[in-house]
Amino acid sequence: MSNDFVSDRLARRKSRNIKERVIEFILFLAALLSVATTVGIVLILLKESYDFFQHVSLWDFLTDTQWTPLFSDAHYGIMPLLSGTLVSSTVALLVAIPLGTVIAIYLSEFAPFSVREVAKPFLELLGGIPTIIYGYFALLFVTPLLQKIYPGLPGFNLLSAGLVMGIMIIPYVSSVSEDAMRAVPMALREGSYAMGATRFQTATWVVTPAAFSGIAAAYILGISRAVGETMILAVAAGMQPNLTWNPMEPAATITSFIVQVALGDLPHGSIGYQTIFAAGLTLALVTLFFNVLGHLLRKRYRQAY
Amino acid sequence: MSDSSVGLQEIRALIAAHKRWDVIFGVVGLLALMVGVLTFAALFIEMVIQGLPRLSWDFFTSFPSRKPDQAGILSAWIGSILVMVVTALAAVPLGVGAAVYLEEYAPKNWMTDLIEINVTNLAGVPSIIYGLLALGLFVYQFGLGQSILTAGLTLALLILPIVIVTTRESIRSIPGAIREGAYALGATKWQTTSDHILPYARGGILTGVIIGMSRAIGETAPVITIGALTFIAFLPPAPVQGEFPFLSFEWIMSPFTVMPIQMFNWTSRPEAAFQHNAAAAGLVLVVMTLSMNALAIYLRYRLRKKIKW
Repeated sequence: MSNDFVSDRLARRKSRNIKERVIEFILFLAALLSVATTVGIVLILLKESYDFFQHVSLWDFLTDTQWTPLFSDAHYGIMPLLSGTLVSSTVALLVAIPLGTVIAIYLSEFAPFSVREVAKPFLELLGGIPTIIYGYFALLFVTPLLQKIYPGLPGFNLLSAGLVMGIMIIPYVSSVSEDAMRAVPMALREGSYAMGATRFQTATWVVTPAAFSGIAAAYILGISRAVGETMILAVAAGMQPNLTWNPMEPAATITSFIVQVALGDLPHGSIGYQTIFAAGLTLALVTLFFNVLGHLLRKRYRQAY
Repeated sequence: MSDSSVGLQEIRALIAAHKRWDVIFGVVGLLALMVGVLTFAALFIEMVIQGLPRLSWDFFTSFPSRKPDQAGILSAWIGSILVMVVTALAAVPLGVGAAVYLEEYAPKNWMTDLIEINVTNLAGVPSIIYGLLALGLFVYQFGLGQSILTAGLTLALLILPIVIVTTRESIRSIPGAIREGAYALGATKWQTTSDHILPYARGGILTGVIIGMSRAIGETAPVITIGALTFIAFLPPAPVQGEFPFLSFEWIMSPFTVMPIQMFNWTSRPEAAFQHNAAAAGLVLVVMTLSMNALAIYLRYRLRKKIKW
């Protein structure tokens, strides 16, 4: 072996090392983009909201009962938008959480293999339908249907939007809950059966409590979806800010207000333009609140096997 | 003796009563599933009844119009396809790159933890927030305007967590022996990744990309938020030109509309004729997303059956 042959090989190895390093760095940058996205969201929301709160005091924002930022007599109270969001989300969750949980328990503990093989992809398809389609369905199918039962129901209302939104959220709740229940070790079920418990007793008293942290995560995911849902509400609930706790009324939500403003043509930097960022910041904080809550719940009730 | 036989009967009655709950819950579970099935059926049938009569060749080749019976979705479906091209070009390399880094390269430290937590949390951020980010950052800060590029990049950011998570799952399912074999032959990390890991994970990555794209194609809120117009009666400049240099990228900065926005526009009009148009556009959109989803489910099913390490 000659010396320069070895050095040749070493040189090649060096270039190979550099190439490896460069590639690793590029991949690292791709991964870092997710952090950059979060930072970007926080910075943009804070910056524009900061400008907004130069014009409007935080106190007015939180306590004023009117939201009329585009009128000449402008009021900037977030309450009407928040109430719309809370009412529609509550209706949606009253549909999604019971149905989603029952479906999850059924699929995980009761359903025969063949039913599960068909039902799971089907639920996935249901979750994949664009929300604008659900909006159309809420406005032009569910609302007329509800009007047959309650003739006084207005054409735009939170109720039908919330109901359809609930159906839309079922797959999210059911699939995450079911995964959690399937992760419960078989020995727990076997122990329960050995004690003479029935399937239903095992499901409700053994599997569900054991999977509670996962089920809580599913509920939190459902809540985030409901609070952040936009198009169903923009289409079917009307976009009129309305401080109400009655789901039979039309109302705007935080999200549908953003859509409404974006549809118009507001000049960059105007107070109207900044309102949507203040609304967005509120939405982000509400979502964050529920995510932190979910995190705490999961931590508190996590069971390790 | 008689006492114990009474006891036995009582126990049997008790067991029967408890078992009845099993049957009842079986029925309740099926009914809950049926709510989903029936809603889906009602939604689909409603779309077909209202929209199918409007579906014709002209509907696909006409621009939107003030006259409902002459309006079509030409600018919408072309806009959707162009936006999807940008989204895929951005989301696939970035998402796969990030997933490869997190699975194969990332050291165990706080930076990696931070990235992981971020990916999980981003998946839960409401889509309209991405719209606000894009409005502030892409449209005004970077000066990209209300263009196809802005929309494509926004949707790419939106589906990035989906692509990352599914890619990671399929990379993780490749046994370590494959990597050890490659290293034993003197392959570098990148050679192992590009020659072995990525090809074997191809199916899973493709599934994730399809699911992400089907989500992106139906997203309305973020695209409206960046200020996409709802009435577009022209096409972006064609990417292939008749004269040198034949390829043009002008389309990327062009104003546009997409399918869900066109449908939103028609849905929010009071005239029934426009709502029939909305149903027809919705039918096209539903068929597009459902077939993409079905393809992804089929691919996953086949992969699960075929691959045995």
